[in-house]
Amino acid sequence: MAAVPIESRSALSRLWNNQETRSLILQTVTLVVVLTLVGLVLRNVAINLEAIGKEFSFDFLNQPASYDITFSPFIEYSSRDTHLRAYAVGFQNTLLVAVCGIVAATVLGVTMGILRLSRNWLINRMVYVFLEFTRNVPVLLHILLVHGIIVTTLPPPRGAIDVGGTAFVSNRGFYVPAPVFEDGAGIVGLVLVAAIVAALLFRRWAKRVQVETGRIYPVFWICAAIIAGATALAFLLTGTPLAWEVPELKGFNFQGGMALKPEFLALWLALSYYTSCFIAEIVRAGILAVSHGQTEASFALGLRPNRTLQLVILPQALRIIVPPLVSQYLNLTKNSSLAIAIGYMDVVATIGGISLMQTGKEMETMIIVLGTYLVLSLIISAFMNWYNRSIRYKER
Amino acid sequence: MKNISHAIIGAVALAFGLVASAGAGTLEDVQARGELNCIVSTGLQGFAAPNDEGVWEGFDIDFCRATAAAVLGDANAIKAVTATGKTRFTKLNAGEGDVLWRNTTITFVRDVDVPLRFHGVNYYDGQGFMARKDLGVMSAAELDGASVCIQTGTTTELNLADYFRSNGMSYEAVTIEDNAEARENYQAGRCDVYTTDASGLAATRATFPDPDAHVILPEIISKEPLGPATRHGDDQWSDIVTWVLNATVTAEEKGVTSANVDDMMGSNDPEVLRLLGVEGNLGGMFGLNADWAYQIIKQVGNYGEIFERNIGVNTPIGLPRGLNALWTDGGLQYSPPFR
Amino acid sequence: MAESAPPSRYAPGTHPDLPPPVRTTGPIAWAHQNLFSSPLNIFLTLAGLWLLYSIIPPLVEWAFIKSVWSAASRAECWDRMEVAEEAACWAFINRRFEFFVYGFYPEAERWRVNLCFVMMILAIFPVLYDRMPGRRHWFWYVAAFPFLAGWLLVGGFGLAPVGTDDFGGFMLTLVIGVTGISFSLPIGIALALGRTSDLPVLRMLCVLFIEFIRGVPLIALLFVASTMLNYFLPPGTTFDLLMRVLIMVTLFSSAYIAEVVRGGLQGIPKGQVEAADSLGLSYWKAQRLIILPQALKISIPGIVNTFIGLYKDTTLVLIIGLLDPLGIGRSSLADSAWAGLAREMYLFIAVFFFLCCFGMSRYSLYLERKLDTGYGR
Repeated sequence: MAAVPIESRSALSRLWNNQETRSLILQTVTLVVVLTLVGLVLRNVAINLEAIGKEFSFDFLNQPASYDITFSPFIEYSSRDTHLRAYAVGFQNTLLVAVCGIVAATVLGVTMGILRLSRNWLINRMVYVFLEFTRNVPVLLHILLVHGIIVTTLPPPRGAIDVGGTAFVSNRGFYVPAPVFEDGAGIVGLVLVAAIVAALLFRRWAKRVQVETGRIYPVFWICAAIIAGATALAFLLTGTPLAWEVPELKGFNFQGGMALKPEFLALWLALSYYTSCFIAEIVRAGILAVSHGQTEASFALGLRPNRTLQLVILPQALRIIVPPLVSQYLNLTKNSSLAIAIGYMDVVATIGGISLMQTGKEMETMIIVLGTYLVLSLIISAFMNWYNRSIRYKER
Repeated sequence: MKNISHAIIGAVALAFGLVASAGAGTLEDVQARGELNCIVSTGLQGFAAPNDEGVWEGFDIDFCRATAAAVLGDANAIKAVTATGKTRFTKLNAGEGDVLWRNTTITFVRDVDVPLRFHGVNYYDGQGFMARKDLGVMSAAELDGASVCIQTGTTTELNLADYFRSNGMSYEAVTIEDNAEARENYQAGRCDVYTTDASGLAATRATFPDPDAHVILPEIISKEPLGPATRHGDDQWSDIVTWVLNATVTAEEKGVTSANVDDMMGSNDPEVLRLLGVEGNLGGMFGLNADWAYQIIKQVGNYGEIFERNIGVNTPIGLPRGLNALWTDGGLQYSPPFR
Repeated sequence: MAESAPPSRYAPGTHPDLPPPVRTTGPIAWAHQNLFSSPLNIFLTLAGLWLLYSIIPPLVEWAFIKSVWSAASRAECWDRMEVAEEAACWAFINRRFEFFVYGFYPEAERWRVNLCFVMMILAIFPVLYDRMPGRRHWFWYVAAFPFLAGWLLVGGFGLAPVGTDDFGGFMLTLVIGVTGISFSLPIGIALALGRTSDLPVLRMLCVLFIEFIRGVPLIALLFVASTMLNYFLPPGTTFDLLMRVLIMVTLFSSAYIAEVVRGGLQGIPKGQVEAADSLGLSYWKAQRLIILPQALKISIPGIVNTFIGLYKDTTLVLIIGLLDPLGIGRSSLADSAWAGLAREMYLFIAVFFFLCCFGMSRYSLYLERKLDTGYGR
């Protein structure tokens, strides 16, 4: 810069060539343009709403929704409840299918990932073919396909497949006995919580002992014994306060028991096996990425194979596995919005579907839907960042 | 820098320029386009469905064609914009269609709050139930605990909730996006009954391979006056749609048909002459040609002809006129005078 | 070697090569090592064999041996089988094949779609195959292709106009997929550069955009496009539904591309940037000549994966009422002549997507291997 004769340039170009002012100018211009565009859009929205006589307000949330949602496992809901409550039901259903899907996809994905590492050629190839076929076909197709299979190939309730007289499989869903808690069940619950706390305390104590004296307790087994033993004891002492409500065919459908509706089942199964294919590849890559020398080194130190896995391989593999794994969880959660294709009542189908339709509030309902997913995603990514930091290499 | 500033000025100017190009009235838009965009159902036999050649046909389509005949003089200058129960109002309010002829129930909330402008009733309907005969159900009162297939985003959804609630019955709602999918689920036995407007039930049943195996239950649980809708804020266009419908009804009342409309030009009835534009210029009052109603009747027909051609007793749908007979025959179809 | 008995002693270095021990090669040893090495493995192998046995023969029988390939309706199809519904009725796909490919595109104009397809192959070839002569000049054609194709498909300027609501089937999938892929790459790279730039305002805007798009499902964005976009536009202006979908799909996948490219940019050692700076290269020159070529090279697998995702996501347009193959299939099932053949339809579409996406993923693997040699120090 200094070599250029400054006098030969105009004041303007001098300003432009100064890096700081230039970046300031560029950014101001960008900001002005973006804000202008946003302002224009907002102005257009106002004009357009005015033109057709709509107003922007969220008051409709407090009005009765007037429609029924049949699938709501935890929240009481009837057609007299408000749109807000309908939204809560939708949110619950989204969370439910996301959580169930994440659990199933992880189990299935890890299993398939390990099978892909197996030396068994046949199994290896079969899993490979399944993985490739599944993940190269759109998830919407999987959902529709599974739903179609459940609805068309399973028998109607009157000819339902009877599993030991307590559970029934039909094209209206899978019916299983529901637990009914009687007096005293609360005590058992409290004991369970107390046992878990006790187990955690024991684990902490055992760890301290190990650090101080090198003595190792079989922590897992003792914890399991504390939790299972105390709960079972409380259960027996309070007089087994648990009954089962068995589903029964009455009229058109099974009544009582717990029902897994075909819509939920289809969405859950399809999302799980579709996502598990991606998880399998992640798990496989993660384990392969830990160099073989690590295993040999820990054997040389005299660690037993399961301790090697637990203390050497997994911590390193997890560091590679977790970030892409969480982004798969995010994908699964977002893909659950495809529920609308088969009529599962999630957020998009309730507030962004029927409520939108009945009230005509496109703007407000879509803002709620987008906001819901954004918040969910932010929570999951925040968790991922926290976890990532906690397992990062501690470089010294 | 020069490039960047030019680009920015250009972009801003473009944005403002777009703001300046606000649209004219719907009538001018349609005439400039030379084509009328009608929002119709995604496929309901008899009301709006593509035939084997991919040409849309049906009761609602004929009213759309009537509107095009009045506005453009050509009943075939239409484009069918399909919409599900859920998307129809947003599509209308978004300007994707000029008018909605899609078996849509007139309700207070839709009229005032969605908001829409309704223009009279082209079909008086009511919500009913259809079930398989072998279920042995004879009445809707026996449906306690049944699974009910229902199209989402319709008034039927709300009626159903009210009906079961007021009768103290429970049910499982199987919510479905469109008629085709509802059919699929109903036929597969995912639900025991399918509920929608009685006309829709008849139309759906007509497409089953075994129509006789299904029964439409006698109960009609709601009033469903179906009619056309337009956006708020264009009174001229609203008037046109209102009087297109009235013209078909008046034509039937006065015995004007597509066959005899040319003879009727010399009628002794002054209202017929006003209707057909022989006397006075009613059409000019809302910006159309004097022969607007003549074109409707000549190219599409009167209300009775449209009804019988698409959904009447001699079609597979087989609906009787019932409430939709003229008021002179004991029905509810009644047009204000052309005067 | 003489035919006589082998000598009992050999001079050093004259002993013929012995065959390897029987147990380590040959099919039996291979099977022992790979299939039956432990009780668990034996169990898995047997279970796998049983699974194959119970899936493959019935599937082959259903799909090929007993299936019917031409008939006028489902009823006729089932009449031709020994037992109705025992096998696939491909006649359904066969009869409606053109509908699946072109949607409602007018029959007289379908040559334009075919021409576009040929042009697309010609455009893809130089991109994929880097040893083609005159590759440099081809790129002008490749860059112009999306616009040429748009003109051919929509019409105007001498061609009969075709409404975009007549687009459908595999053609629609390709239109959305190719448009999304060709426009999301440059936008994604720009976003990635913005996100890694030193200008805080620019960076913040890019982060906001990327995180917003990645945080919401595509289907919600498509709903926004189909229901809300008109409120954002000046009154009286509307634009085509397909156009809105294309914009949304492009923006959606560009946010994902941006993250992949950012990963690549962060993988470039800082020394490269410093070296470029010390040579006195401007920001853009440094990016164009030094940073991006390396960063893009590392991110190719991720980019291709994003493209595969985009391609599969084109099916979601079904939900807002565009007739992609799945939409065509479902509306065909509404026809009482073919109702009930959902399995055939789903399988057919699944195979189409599988071929496209599997092809892409194979290509990305090939590239990964090829480019790996250059960087794996």
